[in-house]
Amino acid sequence: MNDSAAPDLPQAERWRAEAARLGASPHHPPNHAVRNALAVVILLVATAVVVDFARRPALDWEVVWKYLFDPTVMTGIRNTLLLTVLSMALALVLSVVLANMRLSGNPLLRAIAGVYVWLFRSIPLLVLLILWFNIAIIYPRIALGIPFGPEWWATDTRNVVSGFWAAVLAFGLQQAAYTSEIIRASLLAIPTGQREAAAALGMTKVRTFFRIIFPQAMRIAVPPISNDTINLLKATSLAAFIAVPDLLYTVQTIYNRTYQIIPLLLVATIWYTVFVSLLSYGQYHLERALRRDRVGRIS
Amino acid sequence: MTSVPLLAAVNISKWFGEHQVLKSISFEVAAGEAICILGPSGSGKSTLLRCLNMLERPNEGAVFLTGDLMGYTTHRNGMRELPDRLEARQRQRLGMVFQQFNLFPHLTALENLTEAPTGVQKREKGIVKQEALALLERVGMSDKARAFPGQLSGGQQQRVAIARALAMKPEALLFDEPTSALDPEMVSEVLQVIRDLVRDGMTSVIVTHEVGFAREVCDRFLFLEDGELLEEGPSSSLNQNAVHPRTRAFLEKVL
Repeated sequence: MNDSAAPDLPQAERWRAEAARLGASPHHPPNHAVRNALAVVILLVATAVVVDFARRPALDWEVVWKYLFDPTVMTGIRNTLLLTVLSMALALVLSVVLANMRLSGNPLLRAIAGVYVWLFRSIPLLVLLILWFNIAIIYPRIALGIPFGPEWWATDTRNVVSGFWAAVLAFGLQQAAYTSEIIRASLLAIPTGQREAAAALGMTKVRTFFRIIFPQAMRIAVPPISNDTINLLKATSLAAFIAVPDLLYTVQTIYNRTYQIIPLLLVATIWYTVFVSLLSYGQYHLERALRRDRVGRIS
Repeated sequence: MTSVPLLAAVNISKWFGEHQVLKSISFEVAAGEAICILGPSGSGKSTLLRCLNMLERPNEGAVFLTGDLMGYTTHRNGMRELPDRLEARQRQRLGMVFQQFNLFPHLTALENLTEAPTGVQKREKGIVKQEALALLERVGMSDKARAFPGQLSGGQQQRVAIARALAMKPEALLFDEPTSALDPEMVSEVLQVIRDLVRDGMTSVIVTHEVGFAREVCDRFLFLEDGELLEEGPSSSLNQNAVHPRTRAFLEKVL
């Protein structure tokens, strides 16, 4: 407080004069010197680490380039993508069924779906994968017919459940358990008024589900399901354990022969990164498309 | 009344657990008639309305729509719930307007109107669309045909919801407190739409707190309290001279 100010001036008057003086002066942003300095330091350290890592002789970028578009690697990519798409497709269909069972009025259906989710969330993915790969030990023959009655068609289990299909079943069935919980939560998030309005318009329960409830639930479910799809893409590399020639397995076969472990793991990493980026990009556009009412576009 | 009433509720009783929310209520609605259901909160007005199109199933009693039993078939000496498909077919005959509008947020106003007529009634898309646009025009919403519910005000949403119910060409409309969720300045635009519909002869059952509106627009009123139908009469008698002392007490509070 300035003592030279007129002492008889009332307090409020002094404040007003002070505010007028300050208000006329320029306003400056706050000083973030420490924060800015920290940002620069972190950037420098990170750059140093990345540059140093990239220039390590063991990385051998020439080998990376040589194998990046190698036909064997391309086959691996094809299998990885097929595994992801087929497993996720199986999971999506099954999870919608499971979620509806969990929300059913029938206690038996609820219990069956509950046990399924419990069971498939309990088994480690790798165990499930190896189990399916060895399913022929438990069920050597697959037959189509009436139980204890005539048999129309039968075959050796190994002919049907190859390593690839064992992987699809393992990934798909486990993913269904997780995805069904996402779908269930999304269905529960839709207000009951939506069902009532649809019912009052004469829609059957099935029509209400597919036309009214499910489209709204998917808007909620897309971000977590995209997350799971990205996870699944990378988790399919576990299929290398049962010799499914996916991306990781193909680079392994190459480095087992050439001993260029690090460059070939880099090849796999680059491709996984590319596809995860594409999935994220797809997720962004899918979310926009589903939330067409929220993006303010009136077409 | 000698002719078959359009809508008849006979001895409707409903329990939620131990609590009886409707106590053997009977009333009839003639074609072209507008009836309002009045009563304090928790008196069972909305439940009664929802029993008419079987959104709530009464525990006792029956509802007839032009003589057809709603929601049930006779089975042995009792009644059996209709399967989903047949019940859905019956519900097409009664339109419903909700307090919370319940428009489908993922569809445009126009799509909200056309979804059920094309999907449920399998009517021709082009014709349905023309009719829907005409209905939106009728409720003063034709300029918002391509807007989504989230982009509309409460009053606009409710007007679209009324048009959506009309798009099914129902035999009667059920209004469940159509203006209770609206900001005061939007109440009149919705009431005006309902007033016009009633004037055009649309059979209506209206649950409302707007006593002035009920007296002006409706032919008759029902007064409910604690699940009991206390009084029924011409809505012109909705004033301080109401017969039943409880009705009078209620009116004194709201008028």
